[in-house]
Amino acid sequence: MNILVCLKQVPKKDARLALNEAGTWIREDVPYEVNEPDAYALEEALRQKEKHGGQVTVLTAGPPRAQQVLREALAKGADRAIHLQDDAFAAAGPLRTARAIAAAITDERFDMVFTGLQSDDFGSAQVGVLLAELLGWPSATIIIGIEKTESGVRVKRELEAGQFQLLDMPMPCVLTIQSGINKLRYATLMGIKQAKNKPVRQVTLLEVESSAGEPLQQIARLYVPMKQKQTEIVTGTPAEIARKLAELLRDRVRVI
Amino acid sequence: MPETILVIGEQQAGRLSRVTLETVAAARSLAARTGWAVEAALLGDHVGPAAQELAQTGVATVYALQSPQLIAYTADAYIAALRPWITAKQPKLILLPHTYQVRDFAPRLALALETTLIADVTGFVYDGERPLFTRQMFQGKFAADVAFSDAARPWIVTLQNGAFRADTENLAPALVETVSAEIPDDAIRIHPHEVFREAKQAVDLSQSEVIVAVGRGIKEQKNLEIAEKLAAALGADIAASRPICDAGWLPLERQIGSSGQSVSPKLYLALGISGAIQHIVGMKGARAILAINKDAEAPIFEIADIGAVADLFEVVPALTEEIQKLRAGA
Ligand SMILES: Cc1cc2nc3c(=O)[nH]c(=O)nc-3n(C[C@H](O)[C@H](O)[C@H](O)COP(=O)(O)OP(=O)(O)OC[C@H]3O[C@@H](n4cnc5c(N)ncnc54)[C@H](O)[C@@H]3O)c2cc1C
Repeated sequence: MNILVCLKQVPKKDARLALNEAGTWIREDVPYEVNEPDAYALEEALRQKEKHGGQVTVLTAGPPRAQQVLREALAKGADRAIHLQDDAFAAAGPLRTARAIAAAITDERFDMVFTGLQSDDFGSAQVGVLLAELLGWPSATIIIGIEKTESGVRVKRELEAGQFQLLDMPMPCVLTIQSGINKLRYATLMGIKQAKNKPVRQVTLLEVESSAGEPLQQIARLYVPMKQKQTEIVTGTPAEIARKLAELLRDRVRVI
Repeated sequence: MPETILVIGEQQAGRLSRVTLETVAAARSLAARTGWAVEAALLGDHVGPAAQELAQTGVATVYALQSPQLIAYTADAYIAALRPWITAKQPKLILLPHTYQVRDFAPRLALALETTLIADVTGFVYDGERPLFTRQMFQGKFAADVAFSDAARPWIVTLQNGAFRADTENLAPALVETVSAEIPDDAIRIHPHEVFREAKQAVDLSQSEVIVAVGRGIKEQKNLEIAEKLAAALGADIAASRPICDAGWLPLERQIGSSGQSVSPKLYLALGISGAIQHIVGMKGARAILAINKDAEAPIFEIADIGAVADLFEVVPALTEEIQKLRAGA
């Protein structure tokens, strides 16, 4: 089973983000990490490969810094990597990103493509689904279980409010993976060493630009949202904060 | 002919979902400014009662797109039904609720219609007469106003659950027009099974008076003890954000949020929870929200009534002691 996993590098969860001068994107000088659901997508692909054989290819569309997420994936056991490398991919938006990825893999043969269900930066939840449409494959989203069957795969889809559904689908297909589908592994020292010799295919913006098309939507303005609620912020030393909070719980909230 | 806004609603077992009413309310507010007409569509095998309900929400027409192939949801059947019909109808804007089902097919639909989708929108602003669509970015740390370019048509927008208030008054019923959707047999490649729940939930937090909820800020499983002591002092139930349940530190039945439980206690204490929208939808109904988070910019403070920008490991044990003191004194 040959699986492609799409990974995105996003600002670290606890990074302090600031707007750029133009107010159209964030300042890029922050620490980055792999988008969390993408890490689960990679883990799932590695597990499927361990069970059924085949190859795991990882792909990212991002600036040179994004190479880090490919390196980490290769160290965990992915076989090869594809890097659509250009600064423009950082804020390209879901449609152009999906089109660029589809163009980059036209000569590849995969049985399944996994993506995280959404990214921590845009959060559009679109790239995987768009990719399926571009490839002409069926797709299923918010997946928290995958079993190979005779004719394809049986997947478990998460629904709202604690409900689930099983789906039978043929391969090739695209699945968007939910956090918690498995337990993540760490890279081993051996893995990190071996990763250095694994192939990384570089794809330039020029090669895929004509397929990416014109942007059909643009961010006009990025800004810090207005607060909607008056919050009473309690300050002081930890002991003072604790005392004031306890008093508020007694006098205002009346739960003591 | 004026432009139209088409709302694509959701129904389950003949009942209109609440988010559909929110979507209609959003469409009507846009229509009031732009002068565009509002129409709505529902898909299913027989959508009669839900379509009647939708017809009383102030829309001009309801289209019931029906086919035996639509009895169970599949993205394939939805796109096969919607694509030719929308191509013929040419709406200016299509509005849908940002539900798990819509996330599953709407991006594909946008591409099939050679247009684009702005997802998970929370409001509108106007640039002159042109609406821009506001959505959260970077997990709620920023907001963006997003514009469709001139080449995009129709515009497709999905709306965040709870972002608009549903109108509940019943208006004069609009016409319901039945459209039989032609879906080729081989269009459907996915075979869905019944929707189910895991083993019966033993914990029902919906009736809890006080909830102490922990998030990833708790760092390690053994630190849960700090929160459990606070919960004991308050007589509270313990709950968690998703990463805590994903890690197996607390059972899934204690997860609060869109894929877990929805609660409305008298007090919700959020310890080391950032306030992602998928968490907030499950707890924003709490009468009072107290958040302890070391990041002053964490979105949880947007909805907290009481907040402390502090290290939970320093404040929570001290708070537990203070509460015990007050209790002993009372
Ligand atoms: C389809 C879908 C469904 C989802 N369903 C749910 C759901 O049902 N429920 C849910 O909760 N999430 C859900 N999520 C995940 C959600 O998007 C967030 O990822 C999740 O809620 C984050 O959990 P968190 O706030 O605990 O962690 P984080 O976002 O990592 O936040 C941790 C917080 O702890 C703070 N912190 C760290 N250390 C300390 C300290 N020492 N003292 C004080 N504060 C500290 C940090 O400042 C940070 O704000 C869903 C996501 C998707 C896409």
